[in-house]
Amino acid sequence: MSQSAKASQPLVVAGTSYQSRLLVGTGKYKDMNETRQAIEASGAEIVTFAVRRSNIGQNPDEPNLLEVVSPDKYTLLPNTAACYTAQDAVRTCKLARELLDGHDLVKLEVLGDEKTLFPDIKQTLIAAEELIADGFKVMVYTSDDLIIAKELEAMGCVAVMPLAAPIGSGLGVRNPYNIRFIVEELNVPVLVDAGVGTASDAAIAMELGCDGILMNTAIAAAQDPVLMASAMKKAVEAGREAFFAGRMPKKQYASASSPLDGTFF
Amino acid sequence: MEIIVNGQSQEVPEGYTAEQLVNSLELVGKRIAMEVNEEIVPKSGYSAYAFMAGDRVEVVHAVGGG
Repeated sequence: MSQSAKASQPLVVAGTSYQSRLLVGTGKYKDMNETRQAIEASGAEIVTFAVRRSNIGQNPDEPNLLEVVSPDKYTLLPNTAACYTAQDAVRTCKLARELLDGHDLVKLEVLGDEKTLFPDIKQTLIAAEELIADGFKVMVYTSDDLIIAKELEAMGCVAVMPLAAPIGSGLGVRNPYNIRFIVEELNVPVLVDAGVGTASDAAIAMELGCDGILMNTAIAAAQDPVLMASAMKKAVEAGREAFFAGRMPKKQYASASSPLDGTFF
Repeated sequence: MEIIVNGQSQEVPEGYTAEQLVNSLELVGKRIAMEVNEEIVPKSGYSAYAFMAGDRVEVVHAVGGG
């Protein structure tokens, strides 16, 4: 297969093919209309959401997120955000599966620290094992630790999603070599989840060979979220193509682009 | 009898069903999920599911998140 053909291969998660390698969240938008427009501009096919108590007696006319982001149009990916124990994460996934009529693809995240929102790996492993045994297809948020990433793959997670930087920080890929190790060693899709701040960060992650990127704040907290969503779409595509195109080697000194022969001065 | 719905105590008659609760919350036809004492109550079973005193009920829906 040519490099060009490789670059245009779909992302396959749990047996389903996706043309877009950009997965987006639905949090922090100013309203449902902006949410909808940003998601459309991003071209994303997999969209995350959170599960919370229904607002009893409050704003009954406000549209439900799932009316704006329809399960008929998108692959919905419930998350376990704000869960600090395996038990809470498993509970959340079961409610989400009921909410989505049996759809069993979930984004597992079990947090360990409020300041960094770094994952609690011990709890993550416990929850992943339980969820997989219960038939869930688990896309798992994790640290950029290769050994843990391999363990999560071996357990049967359908995608491993190391953080680029703390959730919502916009710091970009802090440990590109760690991400690279994970990409090289795993067979399931590796998606950078969290930490991307702008389009160049997304391109860098994709140039490392990641199979995709999941982001929320980088788009939602931009001055113009819809325009940033469009930029991210292009950055993910550009980074993917650059990865397969194979970048030129870096050199310390200049190398003229124009011929030195035939000068007339 | 008393049940706890989304963390709030609520007085309901004996034999009060999940379907009646969904009605009273004006959530009929909405995409929701329910658990009682941390066990899922499937949508298809709402009409037949009668709460017991002290049940802890959670009714959830999808919200924006990453």
